[in-house]
Amino acid sequence: MTAIGWLQIGILFALVLVCVKPLGGYMARVFQGERTPLTIVLGPIERGFYRLAGVDPAKEQGWFAYTVAMIVFNAAGFLLLYLILRLQGFFPLNPQGFSAVAPDLAFNTAISFVTNTNWQAYGGETTMSHFAQMTGLTVQNFLSAATGIALAIAFVRAFARSGAAYVGNFWVDMTRATLYVLLPFSVIVALAFVASGLPQTLLASVDVKTLEGAAQTIAIGPVASQEAIKQLGTNGGGFFNVNSAHPFENPNAISNLISIWAMLAISASLPYTFGKMAGDTRQGWALLLAMLVILVAGVGIAYWAEAGGNPAFAAFGIDPSSGNLEGKEVRFGVVMSALYAAVTTGLSCGAVNAMHDSFTPLAGMIPLIMIKLGEVLPGGVGSGLYGMLIFAILAVFIAGLMVGRTPEYLGKKIEAREMKLAMFAVLILPLCILGFSAAAANLPFALESLANNGPHGLSEILYAYSSATGNNGSAFAGLSANTKWYNTTLGISMLLGRFAYIVPMMAIAGSLAAKKRSPASAGTFPTHTPLFVGLLIGVILIVGGLQFFPALALGPIVEHLLMLAGKTF
Amino acid sequence: MASKLQAASLFDPAIFWRASIDALIKLDPRKLVRNPVIFVTEIVAAVVTAIFVREFVTGSGDPAFSGQIAAWLWFTVLFANFAEAVAEGRGKAQAATLRGMRSNVMAKRLAVPGIVDEAVEHIAADELRIGDIVLVEAGDLIPADGEIVEGVATVNEAAITGESAPVIREAGGDRSAVTGGTTVVSDWVKVKVTAEAGSTFLDRMIALVEGAERQKTPNELALSILLSGMTLIFLIAVATLWGLAGYSGTELSLTVLIALLVTLIPTTIGGLLSAIGIAGMDRLIRFNVIATSGRAVEAAGDVDTLLLDKTGTITFGNRQATEIIPVAGVQEKEAVEAAWLASLADETAEGRSIVSLAQEKYNLSATAKSNDMKLIVFSASTRLSGVDVGGHKLRKGAVDAVLKFCANEGNKTEPANFRGAVDRIAQSGGTPLALADGARLLGVIHLKDVVKGEIKERFGELRRMGIRTVMVTGDNPVTAAAIASEAGVDDFIAEATPEDKLRYIREQQANGRLIAMCGDGTNDAPALAQADVGVAMQTGTQAAREAGNMVDLDSNPTKLIEVVEIGKQLLMTRGSLTTFSIANDVAKYFAIIPALFVVTYPELQALNVMHLATPKSAILSAVIFNALIIIALIPLALRGVQYRSAGAASLLRRNLLIYGLGGILLPFAGIKLVDLTVAVLGLA
Repeated sequence: MTAIGWLQIGILFALVLVCVKPLGGYMARVFQGERTPLTIVLGPIERGFYRLAGVDPAKEQGWFAYTVAMIVFNAAGFLLLYLILRLQGFFPLNPQGFSAVAPDLAFNTAISFVTNTNWQAYGGETTMSHFAQMTGLTVQNFLSAATGIALAIAFVRAFARSGAAYVGNFWVDMTRATLYVLLPFSVIVALAFVASGLPQTLLASVDVKTLEGAAQTIAIGPVASQEAIKQLGTNGGGFFNVNSAHPFENPNAISNLISIWAMLAISASLPYTFGKMAGDTRQGWALLLAMLVILVAGVGIAYWAEAGGNPAFAAFGIDPSSGNLEGKEVRFGVVMSALYAAVTTGLSCGAVNAMHDSFTPLAGMIPLIMIKLGEVLPGGVGSGLYGMLIFAILAVFIAGLMVGRTPEYLGKKIEAREMKLAMFAVLILPLCILGFSAAAANLPFALESLANNGPHGLSEILYAYSSATGNNGSAFAGLSANTKWYNTTLGISMLLGRFAYIVPMMAIAGSLAAKKRSPASAGTFPTHTPLFVGLLIGVILIVGGLQFFPALALGPIVEHLLMLAGKTF
Repeated sequence: MASKLQAASLFDPAIFWRASIDALIKLDPRKLVRNPVIFVTEIVAAVVTAIFVREFVTGSGDPAFSGQIAAWLWFTVLFANFAEAVAEGRGKAQAATLRGMRSNVMAKRLAVPGIVDEAVEHIAADELRIGDIVLVEAGDLIPADGEIVEGVATVNEAAITGESAPVIREAGGDRSAVTGGTTVVSDWVKVKVTAEAGSTFLDRMIALVEGAERQKTPNELALSILLSGMTLIFLIAVATLWGLAGYSGTELSLTVLIALLVTLIPTTIGGLLSAIGIAGMDRLIRFNVIATSGRAVEAAGDVDTLLLDKTGTITFGNRQATEIIPVAGVQEKEAVEAAWLASLADETAEGRSIVSLAQEKYNLSATAKSNDMKLIVFSASTRLSGVDVGGHKLRKGAVDAVLKFCANEGNKTEPANFRGAVDRIAQSGGTPLALADGARLLGVIHLKDVVKGEIKERFGELRRMGIRTVMVTGDNPVTAAAIASEAGVDDFIAEATPEDKLRYIREQQANGRLIAMCGDGTNDAPALAQADVGVAMQTGTQAAREAGNMVDLDSNPTKLIEVVEIGKQLLMTRGSLTTFSIANDVAKYFAIIPALFVVTYPELQALNVMHLATPKSAILSAVIFNALIIIALIPLALRGVQYRSAGAASLLRRNLLIYGLGGILLPFAGIKLVDLTVAVLGLA
């Protein structure tokens, strides 16, 4: 580890923190229907859409109607995307002449993009037409991200309101999230990407003669525009197979910095939006601090493990001071790869600029843990905030009694109904991750997909199901996931990881919104102090993480210990 | 408080043996299913027992190991049952005392109600029906709860309250309720029965003390859900571990998987949860307060506003003289002497306070009453009292009444500082009494509602805990404001009517506050019912006692503060042990995981940070620790965690340090200690 390395990490987090207040405050204004600088331009467009769709923006919905609207909308999005993928051969903008995507892959991909997972069991440049990328995948990049933001805002309203029957209007929140937040920032980020060298064209490829005189076809396309929303919306589905390790998705240090910043910007700002809307910004900062403490710890461990490298290499006479460079782009090096890996998994983004499979075991364990902790560090756009709020509710419930009052968070009593729903939600993670992993680890046809055996092979399986259930979408690689078993079970994991979590979460929102908000006093459990931040971190690690300890012990931990003993897989 | 329901000591031998037997009876799965965590433990204990029997019979496997694991799993269940049984046992002992009072008395029922000299028929008390009218005479036990419809009697209520001084009960008004099981000491009353046998106050009290009607409180229910959810999560983690281990080439036996499961699921809090709840009720009973439900005790912890009656709670209830101010031109000695003489015959509390003030503060030596004194008794028309002695007409009374008296005597002028003194006293919330000798005004006596000494600090403590105090009084706003600021309450309701109280409670509740109040009169009933915690006085009316969710047997309104503290302590104990229980898991993983896989991956020995002797002793030690910690924590669960009145932030800091951090660290030492013992004894 070097001072320069830490300086780079420091600069990135400084850039993110600087925008938390303006961006978070801006989003609070947007979703409370207040005027913003963009209203003058976007206001008429927004109202036009409502007229077109016959939506009365003043009419709000209860949690159930809101959730039904969200599910219907996403189901329609899934169907549309599935059809586009299956029928891409009949549509224009298909310069490479790709034919239909196979049914199980189309199912998996459609779910993957609708759930904001962007798990890709395919290689983009060899499977998807421009039409499918632009009208199918990119559109879902926007809509799945907007869905996440809308749901988070509905959940925030449950805390901000007192004795309320309604949590907002899904159509309005969707429209505003897309129009006021995702679109304008995508345009800015896309332009920044173009400036830093990403291609933005409708051409399929360029043919070049290499220095050796051989002919080479280099795939290009509308990369910058998709890349912008891929990062901003914590989608992570790359234009190219190798994602942000590809020189056209992420050509240099500047584009890399923009990439990481864009992933973090909205998710890190939403806690502030929460604090603003709930009337106490300290509450938002506390959540953000808890998120960042674990994230930075993860970055540190990954960086440390990667900088240390594999002792086995030293035995071959390789200079250990450069760290573990296997599977990395030299233009990013150890520090930017470790940072990217921890952030992309803390975020449920899933974009990668290095192969996590090639990390040293402990560094590879960091992304795995980040995902298993529930994608709340700071998590996907919207989903990270509502996931974190569920953890906050759990933390308050477990420890809140210690101040001699029944638990409450922001003046809302946490009672049996909320607890039941929260337990439903947190059960999804172990059920899908451990359940499917244990099955896959014992099914011969599932084991055929593994590139490695031993603990590393187990890590590959665990990673795949964690990534799918956590709606992350990054791959450990090494696992050939484009099989019927994996396409189907990973598809189910993504579906449950998203919607089976959302439904109880929204039910909690409905029940909290209806409760009266009791005023804070000296006897109220304080949820804005460093002590609470520590407690929250403890609950995330113990309640959210400890259940995975046995699995991790058999995967990366033992692999690390074996590596120290000179054994690799 | 001599004959109060005494608390049995923690491990009273009688309770200990009774609880040990009850712990076995509670193994009945149909009962245990109410406690999911311990129920799961019982099921897996049965499974390991079956494994042990099979191994023992066939000679396969390691019966010595599975036998020990099975035994400790049963102990885990038994210890949890024992905790609950001990908590219940203390209640049962108290209930037995109460039941002794409910001897089978005969009642004298009036055949034709309403006629004075009708015949009575003698029937057993438990045959009485609601609406029957019974005659109770001196020496009789009152056969059932009821309202006095006729007569006045002194009643000894020691059976219920422990207070041996008899109280007066009479028809009409707020003192008409009588309780079955109490004794009429003098005179007679006719009582209309309001509760049948089985549902009388005494019956309800017995049932509550025994915990027969115990239902999970809302927070207990929510906590059970969390514990069940965590049990389910660890069930998934352990079940899938079998599959993951299979991939890694390790065949895990069911016995060790079960050992892992039981150590991970929250057995500590699961086993102690109901004991904590029962002990909370029990603490309240020892304060002579009976809660009609555990819900009320929980609500008491949540209360953030206390409605306190001024009289008796904040002030001593009687106005007392604190100062005698002579007017210009009158010696202090003369004024004091006049006040003293004028009050000697005054037997009211106010009068006596003037006498004692004169004697103590002004060092007036008591001289015998002279014979030529003519006492003037207070009357509503003159509003004066005093004495005629040696040609002096000494009078004291309300200011305007005394001025009128002076005017009649021929003096219409007020001395210079008279009005000033009167106004100053009125503004400070006191009552001014004027003092005159014939036509001559002598001075002003300052009567004051004296605020109890320690009450201001008490309110300060409550404020630090985030609890607002609101004083309710019939005084005018000026007086109320003065007393409120002296007592340090946060708010007051002056000239309060029962409707005002109800309205105030509703307003506060609409703002999300939880209110506690106490009351005794029938017109308090709506407010008592509306409040989140309503403590009715035992001396109060039947309507009030039914409207509240607690009854204070001592009828001491100050106790509202203790009730809140007991509620808080109950919740704190529950939260601390939950946190402790969950934090324990960290160490248990470090004990068991390396032990499970050390054969396949010897490198995992690095995780054996406690350096436990062998894999088997590691697993056994974790299971033993997990069982013993329940026993170790029973005293804490019953006694409650140490309570301090402090703000939430400092309570959290302290408890999180002790039970959170302690919960993570302690098991490392504990398991190591058990492991050393296991190794020395050669158990594994």
